Amino acid sequence: MTLVRNWLASLPAYLWSGWGAIASLLLFLAAWEWASVHYGALILPDPRTAFATLAGLLADGSAGPELAATARRALTGFGLALVAGSLLGLAAGVSMTASMMSRPIVTVLIGTPPIAWLVLALLWFGAGDGTPVFTVFVACLPVVFVGAMQGARTLDGQLRDMARVFRLPPWMRFTDVVLPHVVSYLFPAWITALGISWKVVVMAELLASSDGVGAALAVSRSHLDTAATLAWISAVVGLLLAVEYLLLEPLKREVERWRVAT
Amino acid sequence: MNTPPRLSVRGVGHAFALHTVLENVDLDVATGEVVALVGPSGCGKTTLLHLCAGLTTLRTGRIDNDFARPACMFQQPRLLPWKSALDNISLGLKAAGMPRAERDRRARSLGLQLGLAHDDLDKFPHQLSGGMQSRVALARALAIDPDLLLLDEPFSALDIGLKTELYALLLRHLEARSLGVLMITHDLMEAVRLSDTVLVMAPTPGRIVRRMHIAHPAAQRDDAFVYSTTARLLQDAAVRESFGLAAVEATCSRDAGTAVGAEIIALDDPARTPRRSHRC
Repeated sequence: MTLVRNWLASLPAYLWSGWGAIASLLLFLAAWEWASVHYGALILPDPRTAFATLAGLLADGSAGPELAATARRALTGFGLALVAGSLLGLAAGVSMTASMMSRPIVTVLIGTPPIAWLVLALLWFGAGDGTPVFTVFVACLPVVFVGAMQGARTLDGQLRDMARVFRLPPWMRFTDVVLPHVVSYLFPAWITALGISWKVVVMAELLASSDGVGAALAVSRSHLDTAATLAWISAVVGLLLAVEYLLLEPLKREVERWRVAT
Repeated sequence: MNTPPRLSVRGVGHAFALHTVLENVDLDVATGEVVALVGPSGCGKTTLLHLCAGLTTLRTGRIDNDFARPACMFQQPRLLPWKSALDNISLGLKAAGMPRAERDRRARSLGLQLGLAHDDLDKFPHQLSGGMQSRVALARALAIDPDLLLLDEPFSALDIGLKTELYALLLRHLEARSLGVLMITHDLMEAVRLSDTVLVMAPTPGRIVRRMHIAHPAAQRDDAFVYSTTARLLQDAAVRESFGLAAVEATCSRDAGTAVGAEIIALDDPARTPRRSHRC
C-alpha cells in the first residue's frame, strides 16, 4: 500500500525529470521526419501521417482488439516466464552445483534465436495462442532465470549470520533479509524480459497468428501500406515506453531507494 | 533457576579441514562480568566467538550457555542496507514480535541515547558514516536488552576518539544493568580498560596462555592505570611470544604478576613451561 502511495507521490517529480528523455524522443522524431522528406512518403511516411493513421485505427475500433490480443499473449508468456524463471533461478542459486550445471543450458537458451523456437512452436501448437505465448515464454525465461540465480548466489552470508544471532524467525529471514536483496536483482531482469516479450510476440504473430498487432503488420505489409505499418509499430513501442517509464521505472526507484545515494 | 546464568566453555577445539584453529579452550563468563579475549590476528578468536554464538557447529568440547538473550556485534556493522537506521535498530524487537509503535519508540530513544540524531534514524545505512553505522549496530544489539553481549572487535575500524566514546556508552549501559560480556580485541589497552578478566590467546593452534584478573573497577581506571597494567601484561614472556614480539630478558612472568590491582596467572602450557623456567 505504501508502495502505491509513494509511487503516486513521486510521480510528478519523476515526470518533471523526464524532460531530457522527452527531448531526446523529439530529436528522434525530427530525424524520422527528415528521413521521410529525403526518401519520400512511400518509403517512409512522416511521423504525423503515422500517428494520424494510428489515431484513425484507434477511432474506428480496429486497433483495440488487436492490441489487446497482443498484450494478452505477451503478458501471458511473460507472466509464465516470470514465475517459472524466478522460482527455478532462486532454486538454482541456492545450490552451487545446480547453478554451475544450469549455466550452459542458459547459454543455449539465450543463444537459440527466437525465430527457431517459433518454427518449433508452430509445429507443436499450430496457429492458436499457444505459439506466441510459448515463444515469448522461452525467450524471457533465461533472462529472468539468470537474474534470480545471481540474486540468490550473491546473498550475504554475514547478514545471514546476523539474522541467526538476532533470532529472526524464518518468515522474517525471508521477507527482511533474502527478499529485498533478491528483488534488486530480479527487478531489472523482469524489466528486460518485458521488453523482450513485447518484441517477440509481434514477431510470432506476424508469422503464426491471424489476429494481433503482428498479424495486422503482415496485412499492412501485403497492402504496401507503410503508414499503417508505422502506426502499428508506434503503438507497440509507445505502449512499451508507457509501461516501462510510467509503471516499472518509478516502482523500481521506490523499491531500490536504499541503493541510491541521495 | 537460582544460579545466575553463565557461559562456560570447556575443552573446546575446532579445525577447518586439517588446519587446527582452536585447541582445548576453557573460559567462563558470568553475569556482570566482562571478559576480553586478546590475541594476534588469526589466532582463532573470531571462531571461538562464533562457536559461543552458535554460528559455527561445535565439534570438540562443550559450551554451556544459559543466557536467555545473547546479542552479537560483528567486526562490520552488518546492517540491512534496505532498512532505515531505525528499522535496523528494532530488528531484534521485530523478531521478538513486538508491535511496531512500541519497538519504534524504544529504538528511537535508544538511538538518541547513543548519539544518533533524529534525522539519522530515518536514513539508510549507506547515508551514514562508519561511526554512525557502528552506533546503529550497537543500538541494535542493546535494543533486545541482552543478558550476554558477544563483541567481535566491533569498533576496530573507528578512530580512537570514536572508539573511546562508544566504549564509554557501552560501559554506561553495563553499569545500569548487569550482563555478561565476552569481547574480542587485538588491542591490549582496550582489554585492560574495559574488562574484569583478560584472556591472552596464542596462535597455531589457538589456545589461551595467560589469564589476567583486574580487580580495580572499570569506571575508576584512569589512563595511568591502563598504561601501567598494559605495560606489565606486555612484559610477560608468553604474551610477547603470542604477539610475535622479541623476548625481554630482564623480566619473567612471575615478577609481572605481582603488581597492584591486577593479577596475571600463567596457564598450564606444557610445551612452553620448561623454556620459561629456564629463562627465569
